[in-house]
Amino acid sequence: MKGALAFVLMVAATVSIAAQAARPASRQAPRRAVPPAPAAAGEAIAITNARIFPVAGAPIERGTLVIRAGRIAAVGAAVPVPANARVIDATGKIVTPGWIESATQIGIVEIQSGADGTTDQATTDKELSAAFDVVDGFNGESTVIPVTRVEGITRAVVVPTGSGQVLLGKGAMFDLSGAQVPASVVKAPVAVFANLGEAGAAAAGGSRVSAMLRLREALQDALDFERNGLAWAAARRRPYARGRLDLEALQPVVRGEVPLAITANRASDLLAALRLADEFNLKLVLMGAVEGWRIADQLAARQVAVVVKPLADIPTFDALGATLENPARLSRAGVKVILSSFDTYNARNLRQEAGNAIAYGMDRDAALRAVTLDAARAWGVEARLGSLETGKDADAVVWSGDPFELTTRAEHVFIAGREVSLDTRQKQLFEKYRILQ
Amino acid sequence: MRTRCLQAAGAAVLIAWSAHARLGAQPALSQSPPPLPDAYASTYKPFPSRTTVIRNATILTAAGPAIEHGSILLQNGKVASVGANVNAPSDALVIDAEGKWVTPGVIDTHSHLGVYAAPGIESLQDGNEVTSPNTAEVSAEHSLWPQDPQFDLSLAGGVTTMQILPGSANLFGGRGVTVKNVPSRTAEGMKFPGAPYGLKMACGENPKRVYGGRNTAPQTRMGNVAGFRRAWQSAVEYRDSLRRWKSSGSDPEKRPARNLQLETLAAALDGEILVHNHCYRADEMATMINIAREFGFKVASFHHAVEAYKVRDLLAANDICASMWADWWGFKLEAYDGLRENIALVDRANACAIVHSDDPNGEQRLNQEAAKALRAANEAGLAIDRAQAVKWFSLNAAKALGIDKVTGSLEAGKNADVVVWSGDPFSVYSRAEQVFIDGALMYDRRDPAKQPRRDFITGLTPPGGER
Repeated sequence: MKGALAFVLMVAATVSIAAQAARPASRQAPRRAVPPAPAAAGEAIAITNARIFPVAGAPIERGTLVIRAGRIAAVGAAVPVPANARVIDATGKIVTPGWIESATQIGIVEIQSGADGTTDQATTDKELSAAFDVVDGFNGESTVIPVTRVEGITRAVVVPTGSGQVLLGKGAMFDLSGAQVPASVVKAPVAVFANLGEAGAAAAGGSRVSAMLRLREALQDALDFERNGLAWAAARRRPYARGRLDLEALQPVVRGEVPLAITANRASDLLAALRLADEFNLKLVLMGAVEGWRIADQLAARQVAVVVKPLADIPTFDALGATLENPARLSRAGVKVILSSFDTYNARNLRQEAGNAIAYGMDRDAALRAVTLDAARAWGVEARLGSLETGKDADAVVWSGDPFELTTRAEHVFIAGREVSLDTRQKQLFEKYRILQ
Repeated sequence: MRTRCLQAAGAAVLIAWSAHARLGAQPALSQSPPPLPDAYASTYKPFPSRTTVIRNATILTAAGPAIEHGSILLQNGKVASVGANVNAPSDALVIDAEGKWVTPGVIDTHSHLGVYAAPGIESLQDGNEVTSPNTAEVSAEHSLWPQDPQFDLSLAGGVTTMQILPGSANLFGGRGVTVKNVPSRTAEGMKFPGAPYGLKMACGENPKRVYGGRNTAPQTRMGNVAGFRRAWQSAVEYRDSLRRWKSSGSDPEKRPARNLQLETLAAALDGEILVHNHCYRADEMATMINIAREFGFKVASFHHAVEAYKVRDLLAANDICASMWADWWGFKLEAYDGLRENIALVDRANACAIVHSDDPNGEQRLNQEAAKALRAANEAGLAIDRAQAVKWFSLNAAKALGIDKVTGSLEAGKNADVVVWSGDPFSVYSRAEQVFIDGALMYDRRDPAKQPRRDFITGLTPPGGER
C-alpha cells in the first residue's frame, strides 16, 4: 500500500488550488485492494457517523445504519452499535439506499452487435409477444453487472426489446449481486411492456392506428380467454389473434394486478395510452414520456408512474417538445417521476442522468426518490426496497460525497446485506495495462 | 513532457497554416498542384462583438495552471490578455464572474451534426454514403444542414467548434469539415476559415460488416487493409503523375484527368488534409500506423480508440492523437475492452488525449464526459488536474483538427472562443452560461434573445413552456 500513499501525496501536491477546493482530499483515498469478506449469517454491520438519506424520512446528519441477516436492523442518530459488529466509519460520507435502474437490458445482452449468440433481448419468433419472459434469458454472470453495481446501482428492471410486435413481453427486476435465477429475481414480472408512438407504429404495419388496434385486440382476446379459455381449448370458441402463451401472460394485466408499461413520447401518444388504460381498467406505467411535461397535470391527477430519461433532449417527430426540464416539470406538477438511463452498458451513468435532472430544476430529494423509493413503488417492491427503513432488504451505498456528482464514487455497496465486490473485468484490464510490458 | 506533443503540434499543420497566411484575408485551402479555385471556400464572418473583460473567474486556459480570480480581455475577436491582473479599456463591457469558471470554447473532433440532423428521420440520413467502400470523393459539407437544431443544443453546452465527419461504414468515408457553431443559412457560412479538411477512414467491424454482408469486399479485416493499400497506392500514383506534369511545364493540354477521389487522398499524402481514422482495437491502430508509413501519410487522430491505452506508447511516438469516449464500451467486441481510464492513460503517456462525442447528446456535455474520465484517473492513481483535463476538450482537439495555432486555448492573440460556466465545469451541476465565438456573445443562458434557434425548431415550441 506504500504506492497508494505515495499517490495520495502526489495528487495533493499537483492538483490546482481550485481543484482542491472542489474535491475534498478524502476522495483521493485509494480503492480498496482487498475484496470484502462476505458477511457471515447473523453478523452485524454498522455504518457509523454517516450523513444518511433514508429517503423515507428526513436526512440524519451523523447517523448509524445497522445491517443484520440481510435486513436493515436499525437506522437513526442514536442507534447503538451492536457488540461484535463490523464497523464502517463513514465520517464525511453519504449513505443512501441502493439505486434502482428502471429500464435496461443488463443480463440479457452481452455484446449487442456482431455476436448474435450473446443477445437474448428480442426474438424473431413472431408467434411470441406478451409471453416473452426476460427471466429465462437472464445471465447473472454478465460482465455488465459488476460495472453497473460499482456505481451504486443494486437492482435493475430488465425490459425485453421485442419481436416486431406491439407487445414486447414480460420485464422483471433483478438484483445485481451476480446471482443466477432464481436467487437474483426480485419480482417477475414487474410489468408487461408495450410500444405505442413511432415504435409501436413500426411494429404494427406503420401506423399508430394499427398499433392501438392490435393492442386492444390482444387485451380483448385476453379478457375473452379468461372467461372462455376452456371452450377455446376445445376449439369451441373463435380463434384469437395471439397464441395461448401470450393470452396467459396478459391475464394479470387485464386483471389489473401487473402493470402494462407503455413506451410513448409524444403528448398525443401518452394520451392514447391513458385512454387505453381507462378502457381496460389497467394499471399503467409510462416509459419514455419525453413530452410528458405537456400533460403533467393529467399524469399527476391519475398518479401514473412515469419513467423518464433526463438527458433525452433531442427533438424528434416522436417528441418535438424534448427538454432537459422534463423531469423537473413533471415532478413539480406532482407526477410520480422515475429516472432511468434506458441504457445497458452505461446504465452505470444513472447518477449523471439524475444529476442533470437536478441541474435542470428537479428537487434533489425528488431526484433521489426517483431512483430509489418511487422506483420501488412503481414496480411494486416498496415493501422490500427503496428506502433505509427497519426490516427492509439492506441495499445501501456509502458514497465518497454527493452521490449525484460526477467525481463521487461508491466506496461500499450492499445488496441484501452483503457487501458486493467492486472489482470488475475493466479494473483487471486496467491493472494489466497500468504499466506497458 | 506533456508539452512536447503540443510543440510537435503537427508539422503538417504549420505548413498548412503558412500556406493559408499567404492567401490573405479570405484564406482557402491550399491545393495539391495544380491550383484549382476553391469553389466552396468559407464565407464565415465573425458576428459583431464588443470589447469585453471577464473578471474574478477561475480560468482554465488549457495553456498553463488554473488562474484563481483571474481576468480575460476579449478585444477585436481575439484574446487580448489573460491573467491575474488584466487592464481593460474604460469602455469595455465588464462581466463579473465571481464564483464562475472560464474555459476555452469546447471543441468536438467527432460530430455528425447537420449530416445526421434532428429530427432524425429517414430523409435526413446524410452521413454515410454506403454505396462503395471508398467514397473519398464525398464531403460532409455537402450534406451539412445548417438548420439542424442540435447545433443550438451543443452551443448551450459550450461547443464552439466541431469537425463534422461522414460516418464509418466505408474504408474511406469522405471529407470531414470543421465548422464554427454559428447560425448560418449555408454550410460555407459555418466553415472554419483556413481549417484543413479531414479524411474519414474506418477500420474494424463496420466496413467488413456493411460490405461483407453484401458479399462484396471487404469481408474481413485483411480485406479492409487490402482496400486501404490499394487506394493509397492509386493516390501515390495520382500524386506522382501530377508532380511529373507540373515539373514538365504544367501544359494545360496534358494535365492528367482530374479524379475527385484520388484528389482527396493525394492531399492527405501531402498533409493538407488530415486523416481521422475510426479505429477501436489496439492491433488495428498499429496496422494503420504501418500503412501510413508504407504510403507516407500521417494519421492526425484515431477516433473512438477504445483500446488506445494498449498502444499509448505508439501514439506518443508517432504524434497521433486519440479521440475517445469517457466510458462507452461493450456494444461490440472491438469495444469490449473499453476502460474509463483510457483517456487518462493516453494523456499520462504524453500522447494527445481528446474526449469526443460521436453523439449529439454527448456533444452537449463534453465537460461532463471529461469529468468522468478525470474521476477515473484520480481514482486509479493517475494524477491529473483540471488544468490538464480541460485540454481534452479544447487544445488537444484543436491540435487534431489543425487549428491549434488560432484556437483551443486562452492565450493572447488566439480567437476569443470562450465559455463562462456557472461553476466548476467538472461538476454535474455546472452549465455554460455564456459562450463567445471570435469574441462575439453567441449564447447567453439568461437571455432568450441570445439563444439561437435553428429554423426547424422555430414555431414548433409546444404551448406551455420553453423547450
